[in-house]
Formats: sequence, structure tokens, C-alpha cells
Amino acid sequence: MTISFRLANAGRLGRAKSVRFSFDGKEYAGVEGDTLASALLANGVHLVGRSFKYHRPRGILSAGAEEPSALVGIHRDAERKTPNIRATVQELYEGLNAVSQNRWPSLSFDAGSVSDLASPLLSAGFYYKTFMWPKVAWKSLYEPKIREAAGLGVAPDLPDTDHYSARYAHCDVLVVGGGVAGLAAAFAAAETGARVILCDEQADLGGALRYEQGATVDGQPGWEWAQATVAKLAAKDNVRLLTRTTGFGYYAQNFVGLVERLTDHLAQPSPDQPRERLWQVRAKRVVLATGAIERHMVFGDNDRPGIMLASAARAYLNHYGVAVGRQVGVFTANDSAYWAAVDLKKAGVNIAAIVDTRDNPSGRAIEEARALGIELNLGRTVIRTNGRLRVSSMVVQAKKGGPERTIPVDALLMSAGWTPSVHLFSQSRGKVAFNKTTNRFVPGDYAQACVSVGACNGTDGIDPSVAEAFAAGEKAAREAGAKARKLSRPKAETSESWSRGMAGAAPGAGADAKSKAFVDFQNDVTAKDIRLAVGQGMRSIEHVKRYTTNGMATDQGKTSNLHGLAIAAETLSKTMPEVGLTTFRPPYTPVTFGAIVNHSRGPLFEPTRKTPMHDFAVARGAVFEDVGQWKRAWYFPQGGEDMHRAVDRECVTVRKAAGIFDGTTLGKIEVVGPDAAAFMELLYTNPWQKLDPGRCRYGIMLREDGFIYDDGVVGRLAEDRFHVTTTTGGAPRVLNHMEDYLQTEFPHLKVWLTSTSEQWAVIAVQGPKSRDIIQPLVEGIDISDEALPHMSVRTGKFCGVPTRLFRMSFSGERGFEINVPSDFGRAVIEAIWKEGQKHGACMYGTEAMHVLRAEKGYIIVGQDTDGTVTPDDAGLSWAVGKKKTDFVGIRGMKRPDLLAKGRKQLVGLKTKDPKTVLEEGAQIVADPRQAIPMTMIGHVSSSYWSENCGRSIALALVKDGRSRMGETLYVPMPDRTIEVEVTGTVFYDETGARLNG
Amino acid sequence: MDRAAVRETPAEGVTRTFVLEGRSGKNSRVTIEPAAPAYRISLRAPAESLASLSRALGVKPPEQPMGSAYAKSGDFAGKGGRVALWLGPDEWLVIDTQGNDPMVDCARAKALHSAVDISHRQVAIDVSGAGAADVLNAGCPRDLSLAVFPVGSAARTVLGKIEIVLLRTGEEAFRVECWRSFSDYAFTFLAEAARDVS
Repeated sequence: MTISFRLANAGRLGRAKSVRFSFDGKEYAGVEGDTLASALLANGVHLVGRSFKYHRPRGILSAGAEEPSALVGIHRDAERKTPNIRATVQELYEGLNAVSQNRWPSLSFDAGSVSDLASPLLSAGFYYKTFMWPKVAWKSLYEPKIREAAGLGVAPDLPDTDHYSARYAHCDVLVVGGGVAGLAAAFAAAETGARVILCDEQADLGGALRYEQGATVDGQPGWEWAQATVAKLAAKDNVRLLTRTTGFGYYAQNFVGLVERLTDHLAQPSPDQPRERLWQVRAKRVVLATGAIERHMVFGDNDRPGIMLASAARAYLNHYGVAVGRQVGVFTANDSAYWAAVDLKKAGVNIAAIVDTRDNPSGRAIEEARALGIELNLGRTVIRTNGRLRVSSMVVQAKKGGPERTIPVDALLMSAGWTPSVHLFSQSRGKVAFNKTTNRFVPGDYAQACVSVGACNGTDGIDPSVAEAFAAGEKAAREAGAKARKLSRPKAETSESWSRGMAGAAPGAGADAKSKAFVDFQNDVTAKDIRLAVGQGMRSIEHVKRYTTNGMATDQGKTSNLHGLAIAAETLSKTMPEVGLTTFRPPYTPVTFGAIVNHSRGPLFEPTRKTPMHDFAVARGAVFEDVGQWKRAWYFPQGGEDMHRAVDRECVTVRKAAGIFDGTTLGKIEVVGPDAAAFMELLYTNPWQKLDPGRCRYGIMLREDGFIYDDGVVGRLAEDRFHVTTTTGGAPRVLNHMEDYLQTEFPHLKVWLTSTSEQWAVIAVQGPKSRDIIQPLVEGIDISDEALPHMSVRTGKFCGVPTRLFRMSFSGERGFEINVPSDFGRAVIEAIWKEGQKHGACMYGTEAMHVLRAEKGYIIVGQDTDGTVTPDDAGLSWAVGKKKTDFVGIRGMKRPDLLAKGRKQLVGLKTKDPKTVLEEGAQIVADPRQAIPMTMIGHVSSSYWSENCGRSIALALVKDGRSRMGETLYVPMPDRTIEVEVTGTVFYDETGARLNG
Repeated sequence: MDRAAVRETPAEGVTRTFVLEGRSGKNSRVTIEPAAPAYRISLRAPAESLASLSRALGVKPPEQPMGSAYAKSGDFAGKGGRVALWLGPDEWLVIDTQGNDPMVDCARAKALHSAVDISHRQVAIDVSGAGAADVLNAGCPRDLSLAVFPVGSAARTVLGKIEIVLLRTGEEAFRVECWRSFSDYAFTFLAEAARDVS
């Protein structure tokens, strides 16, 4: 039976419905509106986790996003196990199943906690020092062990069944943060009619009004005013209210990333509902109202469960109606903690004592505490605490030492002051400025069209915050183009003041203190570690941070950064701004991969491009390969053939009868205009001016450096119109390359480029029977050898649809490439297939296409070239116009290195054993008896079994290859050395007679 | 799908394949369906050719960014017609859904220009309904508010990982044009995004 710490007369949840949940297998009850943290505290549970390094028992520090300690796993089902969820932001739902982390075998008895006893060995930088010797142990022992010990939660091991969505949005004014300042700013902006987006990470807006009891706005209690304002904003068409939405990243030009959590608070989310939605907002103006985060006190054993921020205890009391203890101590350097004591006392909780490091604090907070009879210990400090799984007492001492007094407590509240949340401001590249009076970093120089208001701007007091925010909201709307309207601002009042506080170690936690005074709870960094880092030579805060890992956990040092900086500065005898603040980087709080990836999963991970003939190929039993985003038919196995048998059959059939091939993925560019030929002259090495309409030419395109960039057959359709083809992979970049030159180098030319890659389905029919196959389907084109010789193009009709019919070949056989409008591709290939079967033709895929072209020594750019191959290297000097005076790459080609002897040249290789097929990429040497590393003189670029040649064939780039014809070279492999003979690149039909039928 | 606009006269048994045939997506806030086939050309021309091209095409290519212009006769959104979309300072996409090939009309214009048939390069998807803009904004970063992207606005933009041309045909109606092989991705993306806008 658990004892309830829920108070009947406190909080706003009232008699909300009871909600059952479990923690580490034990059943508890909370109420609707609870967070997991508030529900656990209501059940008296403070111990919720073990710390990262020392496995120390940890509790709940905060009531918000800054939580470093209370990290748990939330297990919805087998697929949905989310680690490292902050219990302070996880809303409770019926059946919620939470588990603690970093403990074995159980949370209360954890074997890993021996590392707390071994802590002298685990000081700052221990990774760098301890695991250096022996070197071999790093890979085999230290790294695996560290990896096993590192990290907190356990990553899910099954695919996430949730789905995630995304939305781009634009607005005049984006307000991040829905506390009193954010609400005032959003309200003012909305009243002008401007498009406003207001986001807040909590389920309910109101920020600190959640616990700041004394505040009133326009005469209403603060929280009520907030809810009324929310209702007014929600009713406006020009306002988008996003709750449970964190502004996590501020990017260039007011581009702000928000993540909205849609189902994490629901017991049974609908499967259609995304778990999270990523908002990518472009705002004309941004108002940052991100508030401030309370800092803990840095003193000995300040991490025991039950020790928490004063404002958190206040939120648990005033909002959730939960007392964090029955005998509560307070340790502070700041007024605001007094209000927690006052509120608790008024609710009937005993306050053991307030310990204040200040000698003479004054003001309403102190007076109220005194009036309630709370014991004040001024000018004193807490030097350590006791208790194993929960704090049981605090030890108080005068700041300068002396007798110790132990005061029993079951909870200890602390406040060292408030740190303005400048995270997003800093991410926007704004420069923070240090305010010496208030001892804090506040927004200084702005880099983008944004403004900070309220506590995040260092503005103290509720009314000044409202005034500032209201004016900023209205101004932002006006600057974004909204019309000015006479508006009157809400007036706020409060009796509270939050004075400046302190940063760094508390008195008694100085350099000579023995106990652990934690600065960073999540990464287990103590004040001593920071001092050690400085002592070992770290001077910049960036180095101190990395050496100690202070602020590098998933909470990104929301509570620890300023303390760490203050301790480093004190140790260095410098001021805080002299040591510098670390850079804030997105995300503000952890963002799921799901939200970032959102729709781009499964079929939407990447577009899958299919040709119009894809389904036809599927029906013919094709096996596909991925070529970029395209699915291409690789080979067409028949009757249980394996790949090799299928490819052999396809290759033989093409040369004996004919083959039909889907060539649609080739890039196609239409070059149109009176200067089309002049443009082609400049982009390709070949001459084009004299190419007659109706004829084709194989073209080579170079980069400026003289190396081959792309190739393809180009047909001239008319004086002013060329049909250019590119490699499949080159289609987009070749068009960009051409467009780039046209716009920057040759803007005077009257010519335009249009991609027609997908306008045309392309069906290649290759082989001695190709003409017989297509003859019955062609209308209006004479396809005889005389009328349509090799390398010609005609327009006409094919199967009754418009066609561009090319006579060309990538197989060395008589061949045609039939271009028809894409939507007819499927029907036309069916018709060709029907005819083809009468002539013994087969379908063939990319593998057979590769073998057939290699048999002919035709190169594939990107396979037989690698960006360092010139036309001459590839044996293609014939394709370079000798009389041409200009084209892209002409000067590059003339560089001495590209003309020097000893370049690698494309040759053929025949293995001495015809059955041996070389490995592509294998290196070639002249003398295999050399010591390793041998002198490598080239490599194999293409290698296949050629059924047509009855042997293996290969192409290779070999140093001075063309002068080595007939030489024997060697290909050393791990298990043997293969002897090869250097040959010409054409293995089949050397005269090219078959091209012409 | 309305196929009246298909004018080619293929041989018997040679039928046109519509890549998005049979696809549809509908919920209470948005309807996603493949548009009827259309003629399309990519028109490139200098400003001085526009008068001549306007006469030939019966539609004046707009000269303002994001602009589109309809032929005088015919209401594109309703009965079908012809529209020219500004894609760049010298580039327009002309779409004809009434079965009149703009390539034929351009051939009559003597002024300097480039017209290239891209009827089959692209496929269109109609997205309509109160949630249409939200569905598109799942993957399109443009501001689709009526104030910034009013009816008739056109833009070459992106949808998720692909390029699209977007035309607003009504307050709650858009035409998404994309390349044929990307249409499966586009339709799947829009249907997936619609799950979040129901």
C-alpha cells in the first residue's frame, strides 16, 4: 500500500479521473493531467533511475524539459520502446508502462554502483588516460566494454510501427514559448490580423504561471488569464496554436524546426494518427519567449533522490497537487525558493529549514517565510546530505566552516538562480552578452529578424515581461506587414521577485571538499572534475566541456552549463565572459529520428523509377537491378536458368537472331534553336555542323580538364534540332552541365535545352533479324540498309504512334532503337515481342547488354573511365574533331600530363586460360615476382564470360597499353596469379561487318 | 479518367497505358486523383517572340513569376482548355486538355522559339478539398496561402524528394505535374500525407 502525497486542497487536477500505470512492473495510480513524474511523486516514489557513470541513485530534479536525471524507458508494445524519456514531460495515460534504466539487477540494488566506489579511477578525461595501454587492448577489450557500459536506455530492436508526418508552414510571426510573455506577444500580434504561429512544449499553455501562485493578469489569476487568452487565440483564423510542440532548431533566414507530439500522451492512438509531426516554419519575424531555467545548488551529495529544484516542487504542489515530501528543507541563494517553502507551508507541509548562503536577504519572500514561522539559516550552507535511496538529512554549516548541524529532511529544494533560455537565440547566430549586474548571459546582438521577450531576455518581473512581450508582438506583426492597431496591453501584478542568485559551487563545495558536488547530473560531472580539467591545462570552456563532458548529455547542460563555466572561471581566476560560453546547437531537446525522417520511409524512402515497360518485363520473368533510382531488367531467366546461363543465352540469341531491350532510362535532351549545331560543337569533341539531318553520331563530352564526362549517340532531326542521348546515370548532370555552359559561357547562342528522357520509351531491337522483326510495324519510313544506313534517324509512325526511329547499335549487330511516346511503350514492346518470337528473338537485360558491348570494345563511361581518362586514353581520338578550334576541354586535353608517355590506355585482356574470368577492379603488374607492394601498371575495368567468343574477355586500363600488344601481364589475386595477354579492345567481328547486316 | 483528349490513332491492339490508372485517394478533407491525359510542351522563347507565339497558341505566356494564363475560350478547371505556366524568364509549360496539340500551333509561329513535346514526359495529379494545401505542404515548402499563392499561381517546386510543377486551379484545388516515373512516388506521397489531414 503506497501512501499518497496528493493533497486534497492543492493543485488544479481536482478530482480528475484516476489513471493506472506501472513503473518497473509495479502498479500505481495517478490522475488525468499528471506527468509520469508527478504521478510517481504522488505515490512517494523519488528513486527513478541510476546515473550514467557512477550508477548513483537518482530522482526527479525538475518539472520540465530541462530534466537531466529522471530518464526512463516507455514501453508501449514490443515495437515501440522509447528510451531516455524525461518522466517530467511524459504525460500519463491509462496503462502507461515505464521502466528504469542503467541498473542491474534492480533499481534499488544495482551492481553497477561499484563504479561509485571506484570513482577515483573514473575522473574527468579517464577515457583518455586509463585506456591507453596496452594499445591492442583498445579494440579487443576497452572499446567493447566502454560501449557496453556507455549510454543510458536500450535502443529498440524492432522496426518502429508508428508513423510520422511533416508540414511546411509560413507565418508573419512565430512565437516560441507560451508562458505569460509568449501569450502576450502572440495576442498582440494576432490582434493585428497577422498570421501567427504559437508553439509551446507543454500540453497546456501558461509556462511559469503553472506554479506562480501570486501572479494576476488583468485582475485574473495568472493561470486563468492564460487559459482565457489561449481560448481567444484558438478562436482566431489567423492563429495556429501548437501545444506539445517544441521549437528545437533555429536555422538560416528565420527557418525554425518544431516537433509536435501527437500521440505520446494517448492510451490508444489511432493507427492513422502520426506519432509526431515535424513543422518546418518560415517566419517573417520570430518572437522568442522561451523563459528561464532554474539552476540547482552545487554542493556535496546534491544528487540524492528527493533533492530537486524549488520551482519544480512548486509546480508539483500548485499544479499537480503533490507534496514532494513531509519534512522539506530548502537550500538557496535566491528569493524564488522561498516561495516554494511558503506555498508548501501554507499547504500544510512542514518546512524543516531554509538555508540561505546570503547573509542578509530581504524582501517580501523572506518576510512571508518568517511570518509563517519557517526557520531561516542565513549566511549558511549545506555541505552534504545523507540517505541511500532518498535524502534523509542535510548537514548545515556556516559558510566559513565550524560546527555541523544535521537536519532531517525527506526532500530538499534548491535554487541558485535562473538561467535565461537563450538556446534558440544563440542557434540563430545571435551573440549573447554578459550582464555583470545580474550575472547572466542574455541576448545581445541579433543576427536574424527575431526578438527575445520576458525571462529569456533577462527581463525580471511579470509586468515588465508582459509589457515587453506585448510591444514586441505588435511590432513584429507590423514589421511583417500587418497594419498597426491601437491596442491596450494586459497589466500584470505579482508580489514575487526572483533576484539574481549565484553560479558555481556553493560555499563548502570548494576545491578542498571531499564529497561529490554534481554540476551535470546526466553525465555525472562534479565540481572537482571541472577543476581537474582546468588543472590539467584546459583553458577554453569548449575544452573543459569536452574533457569533462559537462553539458554534453541529452539535456545539453540546461542546468549545468553556467555552473561549469563559473567553476572554470573561478579556478582560472577569470570572469565568466573571459572564459566564454559554449555554443548552443540544435536540437533544444532530443528529437526522434522518426520526426526527422517523417514520410521518407519504406516506399517513400527514395523514389523508385520504373520504365513504361516495367510490368512487361516482370511478366517475362525479369530479374531487376537498381541503377540509381531506376529499376532495370537485368536478365530474363527461363526455365530455371541461373544468371550466367540466362546471360549466355541472351548474348548468343542477339547475335544469332535478335534481342529486344528496354533502353528507356537513357538520358535524352532535345537541343533546339538556330545555334543548336554551334552549341553542340562547343559541348562535344566531335564536329556537328556538317552532320546531315537524319544522321547520327557518337559524341563525347569532356569536362574542362580534358577528361571524358559522358558519351552518347546524337541524332540530328533537323537543321535546328538535335536528339541527344546520355548515359542513364548522366541524364540530370549532363543537362545541368550543358545548361551551365549555355547560361554562363555561351549566352549569345540561340538555343534551348529540354529534357525528353521520359517523353520517350526506348526499345532496342538488335541482331541480324532486327529489321525483319520491326518491318511490319513501321509506317512511312524506309528501313532498308540503303535508305536507313547505320547511324541514321527518321521520324514516322510505329504501331500507329509517332516514333523517332534510330538505326544504331550498342551490340555490334544491325540494330534499331525505337522511341515512342512513353504511354505507348508497353503496347509497342508487346507488338515487337509478338513479331520477335516469330524470328527466335529474346528479351535481354542490362547484363547481356554489357557483355555484348564489351565484346565490341564499346566503353561505358564510369566503368571503363573514372574521370581521369582522356579520349585518347580510351582509344577514341577519332571522335575528336581535328580541325576544331574550341570545345569544352580542348585546352585541358593539351596539358602536358595528358599528352605525356606512360598514361593508362584502354586495351583488351585475354586470360591465358580462356575459362578464367578476371575480377573487375583487379590490379595488373608486369612482373609478379616483385616484392609486395608491387608496381601496379593498371586495372581491369570490365570483365565477362563471353559465350559468343567461347572464352573470357576483359577491358583494362594499362600503362602504355597500346604499345604492349601481345605482351604477357599478370593479375595477382589472393590465391593465385593470373596470366593475361594484352590485345585490342574488339573481341568479336573486328571489321564491324555485322553492323550493316 | 477522361480519355477524350487522346488524339493519337494507334494500330489495333496498341493501347495507351496510364501510369496512375486506378489510383485514387479520398478522405473527408482531400481528394487525390490522376488527371486526364493532356498535351504538353516546353516552350522557350525570348520576350520579342511572345506576341507571335500568343497568336499561334491562343494564350499569352505570362511574364510575371508564378503567373499562369488561360486561353480565352474554355475554362481549364472545368471543361478543359489550354494554360501557359511561367517557369522562368524564358520558359513556359503549356498544357492543353482539350485535345489540341500546341506543337502544331507553335509550328505556325515564325518567331524564334523552341517547342518540345513533353506530353508523355509528365503526369498530372489533381489534389482538391479543404485539406489540399496542407497535404501539399507535407512535402512542398512553398507558402500556399491564398494571399501568397492565389488561384492561377504556378511554380516549379518540390514535393518530398521530387521536382513538381504546381498550379493552383481553384481555392481548394491544385494540379501537380511531375515526370512520369516519379508519379508513383508523388501519388504515394500525397496519399500518405492525406492520412495526416483527415
